[in-house]
Amino acid sequence: MMKISLQNNAVVMLIFSAVVLTAPLWLAPIGADYPDLLQKFAIFGIFAIGFNILFGLTGYLSFGHAAFLGIGSYTAVWSFKLFTMNVLPAVILGTIMAGVFALAIGYISLRRSGIYFSILTLAFAQMSYSLAYSVLTPITNGETGLQLTMNDARVIDSLFGVEAEAGLPSTNLFGQVMSGYSGFYFCAVILIIGFYVSLKIFRSPFGLKLTAIKSNQTRMKYTGFNTRPYLLSAFVISGMYAGLAGALMSITDPLAGAERMQWTASGEVVLMTILGGVGTLIGPLLGVGIIKYFENIFSAMNPSALHEIFNFLPLWLENIVVGITRHFVGDGWHLTLGAMFMLVVIFLPGGVMEGITKLFNYIKKKLGLNRVDSEDHVSEGGDRK
Amino acid sequence: MDAILIQILNGLDKGGAYALIALGLTLTFGTLGVVNFAHGALFMLGAFCAVSVQQLLTLSKSVKDESITFFDAYKDQPYLEIWWGDTGTAIIDYAVPISILFAIPIMLLIGVAMERGLIKHFYKRSHAEQILVTFGFAIVVQEIIKAFYGANPIPTPAPDIVSGSAAIGAMLGLSESLVYPWWRLIYLLFAGVVIFAVFAFLKYTTFGMVVRAGMADRETVSLLGINVERRFTIVFGIATVVAGLAGVMYAPILPPDYHMGMDFLVLSFVVVVVGGMGSLGGAVAAGFLLGILQSFASMNEIKSIFPGIDQIIIYLVAVVILLVRPRGLMGREGVMED
Repeated sequence: MMKISLQNNAVVMLIFSAVVLTAPLWLAPIGADYPDLLQKFAIFGIFAIGFNILFGLTGYLSFGHAAFLGIGSYTAVWSFKLFTMNVLPAVILGTIMAGVFALAIGYISLRRSGIYFSILTLAFAQMSYSLAYSVLTPITNGETGLQLTMNDARVIDSLFGVEAEAGLPSTNLFGQVMSGYSGFYFCAVILIIGFYVSLKIFRSPFGLKLTAIKSNQTRMKYTGFNTRPYLLSAFVISGMYAGLAGALMSITDPLAGAERMQWTASGEVVLMTILGGVGTLIGPLLGVGIIKYFENIFSAMNPSALHEIFNFLPLWLENIVVGITRHFVGDGWHLTLGAMFMLVVIFLPGGVMEGITKLFNYIKKKLGLNRVDSEDHVSEGGDRK
Repeated sequence: MDAILIQILNGLDKGGAYALIALGLTLTFGTLGVVNFAHGALFMLGAFCAVSVQQLLTLSKSVKDESITFFDAYKDQPYLEIWWGDTGTAIIDYAVPISILFAIPIMLLIGVAMERGLIKHFYKRSHAEQILVTFGFAIVVQEIIKAFYGANPIPTPAPDIVSGSAAIGAMLGLSESLVYPWWRLIYLLFAGVVIFAVFAFLKYTTFGMVVRAGMADRETVSLLGINVERRFTIVFGIATVVAGLAGVMYAPILPPDYHMGMDFLVLSFVVVVVGGMGSLGGAVAAGFLLGILQSFASMNEIKSIFPGIDQIIIYLVAVVILLVRPRGLMGREGVMED
């Protein structure tokens, strides 16, 4: 008999897949049901899940993950240029390439821990960014960004006699053009696979060892345990997730630019993970959803839209409210982001997941259920030093 | 020879900025144990102090332009010029030096308020959380500045008298072609003075002695009945002022825009780590060293051998130093080692 509980991987995966695949339906009421945004959710979801494997489990805060994102993007576009417009090779190559770089960078960076590790990863990411802008221009096409051109080789495509259409070819999966909903579903399937892998890692002896490293690395070492290979594997896995996300970014829009590697991009994924809840399975995805959704809503707003929202207020009050809030929308979206971020770190260090767990327990208590029944959250969420 | 000298000079003024920012950063590291990612934003606020003072001084009223007689033309004339004539013009010319006077109390206030309001609550939290909350704070500060001053760099010229170049070559008996902007020399001198002042303050005053003791062993000092927290607030204020002053003086070199702080922040973190966490001398030395290295790396002769080296030299040095000498150049034992 299979027990129906959240401890069971199959049940979790079933629920998760159902939720992800029906996202266009249940996101419709809040106006987030168009493919572009959904795809963004999925891609950044993958990025954040991967980042969480490193930061959430081992506590090593990398400030250079955007570098792997960029490497994944560049590799994918090169795969489109050289081999085929099919997305599968692009995604696989992007992931592998990011993994190779992660292996090299991780091998060096993981010699140090704490803030030094953060600075080392930051240094590597900034180096990649600067090089992508300057010397590596033949590979990265510098400021313009790497894009498809009419006279790309596309060896495999021409081998199979795919006819050149007028204009630039579009990315596809064995003929299925990757745009709109098909693009989203492709990313969604990969997200589900990625989530499954992360679930497996979280609930494996390997994941447990990583958590042990986080809680007390010295003790682990004293018990005769070499932590380095485990940390390195976690780093490489999480770098590969980032590369995968980067490759997926190039799928809808086959263009890769160096700005994807900038350290602010690394900061963004840290932010999403923290906002959702570090070290929880689902938290990073929540963080991605919240940030990307509000980014989309807020950055599109303008003062006249605000006037419409607040027109139930008396005119003088409406003007004041709009006068204040207009700085938080449109171009000022980053202000909201920064403020939101500060509030979360100050009041809810465990992120949204901690809030949910607290609320859950509070309701339980109110209802008189004494048994605190959220072992799933506690085992994965109670991880602050 | 000339080329080398000019590169050293070039490096020194950039290094001066790095050293000043890193000095403030390492002060907060060493005393409060707080990783302040908003330090770059404080540097930027300093630069915008200069911008504000300049804008304040040049508040203008449109008056009839007498020089054009064919038709009625109007031009903006600053109030100061209208009231005080040439004296007013001179005051406007000296906007940047004057803004130093304003920047000190403003930055001190910002620093103390920030420490009391925000940083204080993060002493006991993990470094990751400190990084995150100050990062968020930096974004907020940046966006506020952007809302008020726009996204474009605002030129903030230095006083006319020092806007030219100093003929250093002629002074030192070298080639005549060796010239160097006056303002950069002043910046270098200024950085030296500020650094010296901070060191003297910490070394030769009772207050500084307590702070140094607190850096070494906070617990013992508080057990002696000294209110360490209070002193640390002031130290944070001082760090803020140092960052602010670095920003004020840098405004004529690089027209301030809202994200200039972030660009410097990453570099100054690297500087601090290279210098050694918690070592003031190390931060200053590493600041100048990396500044000079960077300017040498941007020489064409070197670039032709290692293309792109100017972009990454600082990070490369940081990586090597962290791996070879994990504690940094002059890092003290036990500071920020986990």
